[in-house]
Amino acid sequence: MILQPAILALLMIALLVSGMGLYAGYYGVRILRRWDQSSGSELQLELERRTYLISTIMSYILCFELMSLFLFIYTADDLHMLFTGAMCAAGSLAVNSFGYPALIVKIVNFLFAGVWLVVNQVDNRSYDYPLIRFKYKLLLVIIPLLVVETYLLSSYFGGVKADIITSCCGSLFSNEASSFSGDLAALPPVPMQIAFFSAMALTLLSGIYFYLSGKAGYLFSLFSAATFLVALSSILSFICLYFYELPTHHCPFCILQKEYSYIGYVLYATLFSGAVTGIAISLLMPFRSVVTLARIIPQIQRRLAMFTILCYISFTALVVWKMIFSALNL
Amino acid sequence: MKRSVERHLNILDFTLASLSRRKAKNLSLLAMYLLVIFILASLQFFVTALKREAATILQDAPDMVVQRLVAGRQDVVPQDYAAEIGKIRGVTSVTPRLWGYYYDSLNGANYTIMASDDVQPESASVGSGVAGVRNLAVGDLLPLMSYDKIPVMLDINSIFSSKSDLIAADLILVSREDFRQLFNFPANQATDLAVNVRNQEELATVASKIVALYPDSRPILKSEIRRTYQSIFDWRGGMTLIILASALLSFIIFAWDKATGLSAEERKEIGILKSIGWETSDVLLLKFWEGSAISLTAFLAGVVLAYGHVFFLSAPLFVQALKGWSVIYPEFHLVPVVDPYQLSVLFFLTVVPYTVATVIPCWRAATIDPDAAMRY
Repeated sequence: MILQPAILALLMIALLVSGMGLYAGYYGVRILRRWDQSSGSELQLELERRTYLISTIMSYILCFELMSLFLFIYTADDLHMLFTGAMCAAGSLAVNSFGYPALIVKIVNFLFAGVWLVVNQVDNRSYDYPLIRFKYKLLLVIIPLLVVETYLLSSYFGGVKADIITSCCGSLFSNEASSFSGDLAALPPVPMQIAFFSAMALTLLSGIYFYLSGKAGYLFSLFSAATFLVALSSILSFICLYFYELPTHHCPFCILQKEYSYIGYVLYATLFSGAVTGIAISLLMPFRSVVTLARIIPQIQRRLAMFTILCYISFTALVVWKMIFSALNL
Repeated sequence: MKRSVERHLNILDFTLASLSRRKAKNLSLLAMYLLVIFILASLQFFVTALKREAATILQDAPDMVVQRLVAGRQDVVPQDYAAEIGKIRGVTSVTPRLWGYYYDSLNGANYTIMASDDVQPESASVGSGVAGVRNLAVGDLLPLMSYDKIPVMLDINSIFSSKSDLIAADLILVSREDFRQLFNFPANQATDLAVNVRNQEELATVASKIVALYPDSRPILKSEIRRTYQSIFDWRGGMTLIILASALLSFIIFAWDKATGLSAEERKEIGILKSIGWETSDVLLLKFWEGSAISLTAFLAGVVLAYGHVFFLSAPLFVQALKGWSVIYPEFHLVPVVDPYQLSVLFFLTVVPYTVATVIPCWRAATIDPDAAMRY
């Protein structure tokens, strides 16, 4: 365990988030079991009030998740100099087997929390809470993940130990063979470029179609989720190469560093927000027929679609701009 | 879009007005909040600046230092080690270094004595700390007692400027001959070897070759020294933070208490707002802006004060806990370093717990029934 303020902050946030999550989950279960819209009982009134609390708590959780995701990556990056052979976050996350799982669960939680907030927003627009059961079932999926995240994060930070001077350095040099240069397994660039641009094109086309006609929402949602994954692997495969101007450096973390003017934050922020809103559209599709939401959902979905399109366009624009003006030609 | 922005602006406007109506309560909260942020920010700035300082100093250190161990303790290195190590491919230079510590019984200080080829025999260059405790000026004689009880008289050539104090306050540079005479140091031996390697990637390989060649040697890489310093500072900062955690915790309890104990006037205010048509979500928004206004004010003011405390006043509150001590202690001013990373860590450590502590009280306040609230 390394006693560093950033690590302490991350652990504290993880504990607070999962604590708040458990609290919200407890009332979520009560709402799922006892909710009765037609009743005017004291319990029902109390539960209706609780929904405000849970919405507030979840918005804070999302906020903290978003900020702590980047803080986590930055801290992992900052830690790299404490380990032999680690060049950036890629190396420090590989120090023990909890690093990458923690990162992945953090990303998944971020997506889930974002989607939940969209659903919540829609639910609050209508006076009769039509999505309440769906919303709290979704909550029950998220909360275990938050607890898992806390576990992984504390195991990761609990297990890291700096490679400091030992009284005999022999042991240190014997295992230097395992060095992490940040070259993660990457897919070949040319097929990935084709995949990336066709996925983006399909998403944008289906998005515009959905925006104009309100049809094929599932398709658009599916495309935006797939594009999210394709874009992530493309970052590994070819996008980062243009930013580093180095044909061998496939690292998804170094673009977050100062040397690349923190461009990675913009890239990931646009990609992640686009994915959240894109995925949320399909979750809202089944509720278009609910009477009280019939006018609200299509309107919100159109806005979400526009937001996803804008995010993905900015992401692609950044990538294309760099591909054209980079000193590297693949 | 425009309407929702206007809604936020109007609520924010109302929030600020309502905060200023209860000055005493909010100012006391703000003061406590500010104090906590000030202390944590000072700590964070101080530790980061020290880490930066250590990294800057180590930049000019040799790539690798080779020591020799005898029964697990550091011992002198024969100079023929240097010749053999120099033959390893990739090594650009091997310099046998002579250095040690001299205890001055006159004032209880320890000097670092180092041999340099640039210094003439019977003369010395000293750090400003040494010059200070021994009242030396250029041209004075500095008498040191050798291990054979023979006084070694050194003519002071130059005094290092106080800018280099952090490295050189207690340093005395002498010639190799004077060094050997002073410590009765065996001939053809050195304290350790400074090794430079052309390609940094090969450092580990060169180190393992040295260990294979001389099993009693102990190569230490520059990166390891840097890592160790970083860990020590991290550890000191983290320990202090854990000690300060109790202060943070008491502040959180204080904030929670403040947020729970709504005054009759506040209840009435919320009651009136709700009865004239504000919804629970509007009141929650009001509470959110209230918290944000207090947090941001405390955060910005605390950080600015901490900046002044650490970089203009040299952190008088932490010096004793974090710097360590010595008879000759260098005077130094830390170079200001503030980056978004530090600030966000600080934000997480203070604003997040505050927000979490006030969520439930705020919700309680926002969901009281208007009639119940006004009846108070």
